[in-house]
Amino acid sequence: MSQLVYNAFDRDVHPPYLSPDYKSTVLRAPSKPLVVIKHSLSELTGPVFGDIHLGALDHDLTKNARKNGEPLGERIVVHGYVYDENGRTIPNTLVEIWQANAAGRYVHKVDQHDAPLDPNFLGTGRVMTDANGYYKFYTIKPGAYPWGNHYNAWRPNHIHFSLFGPNITTRLVTQMYFPGDPLLQYDPIFLGVPPKGRDLLISGFDLGITEPDFALGYRFDFVLRGQKATPFETV
Amino acid sequence: MLQTPSQTVGPYFAYGLTPEQYLYDFKSLVGNQLVNPLDEPEAITISGQVYDGNGNLIPDAMIEVWDAYNRRFGRFGTGTDAQNRFVFHTVKPGSVDGQAPHLSVIVFMRGQLIHAYTRLYFSDEAAANAQDTVLNQVPAERRSTLIARQTGGGYVFDIHMQGEYETVFFDI
Repeated sequence: MSQLVYNAFDRDVHPPYLSPDYKSTVLRAPSKPLVVIKHSLSELTGPVFGDIHLGALDHDLTKNARKNGEPLGERIVVHGYVYDENGRTIPNTLVEIWQANAAGRYVHKVDQHDAPLDPNFLGTGRVMTDANGYYKFYTIKPGAYPWGNHYNAWRPNHIHFSLFGPNITTRLVTQMYFPGDPLLQYDPIFLGVPPKGRDLLISGFDLGITEPDFALGYRFDFVLRGQKATPFETV
Repeated sequence: MLQTPSQTVGPYFAYGLTPEQYLYDFKSLVGNQLVNPLDEPEAITISGQVYDGNGNLIPDAMIEVWDAYNRRFGRFGTGTDAQNRFVFHTVKPGSVDGQAPHLSVIVFMRGQLIHAYTRLYFSDEAAANAQDTVLNQVPAERRSTLIARQTGGGYVFDIHMQGEYETVFFDI
């Protein structure tokens, strides 16, 4: 007999809580060991957004906040699949997106970087994977921006993502980076990921999805925690 | 396939994940009302603050709660309340898998490269709490960090990332 259980976080690819080069982790990382618990229905269920109707322009950040024209910057299209670790695609799962504008400025009121806001760009959207676990959205390539972690610290270009998967163990918040970005080698947030995991966060340029005379294409796949069969415990 | 690594939610999640709470012009998919307190006579209010290792309030955390009994989900940031509280309107869940009533809690913040899981139990469920498998796995002196205190108007559940009262976080 066997039963399916969800794999743990793969600590060979996920960053640790404490990563001192990223200074904000020092006072915010749990200091005591995590308590390992067996999964109950509390863990093996989670919010299902399959019946939520997304807005018609939620998947197009180049259009969903227009006031008087097109947003500035380089139009891109980002697409890919959401998989589990066993390579099965995950249909009808919510992907939430947020990012800086082309100048490296977030709409967020706390962001005081001296770069212009774009009246026609909010920088947030969402998509639902289709029946094949596929997603695609349009946006503007986000700019790099400075931050206060250390002298002359700059975040590489990145897009933030939030995903759910089938239950709360598969929850994932992450960032997608762009190929060839020279800032990656200096970024303590990216470098917080162990070497084995870093390439997994860098999208690939994709000429196949690039739309002629319109938008450059990038491919980025997500892999959420999967299941494995374990021997069923009998008393 | 290898799992996609986690990265921090960062300081600027609000207009993407909690836009209506922070008054951005984008529709929120989820908010802090698991039930509408005006319509639900059993509604309770849960609030709390999140503290860093120096005992300072964290104003840019995002808290998610999952009620597996009623299959309801909520999300709230600590950046809009003057005292940096998160607030949820819900009902106390029933028992799932024979466990004491609880909510699953997921904690996100700038300065956290991967989210943290905890649980919220209820102080007026002492008998059920005493029998709960998960609570009994936690060292006795730390169990109180998982139990929301009943107050006049609801329950208070503070989250301490470090220190003497460090909340118990789970590897699930």
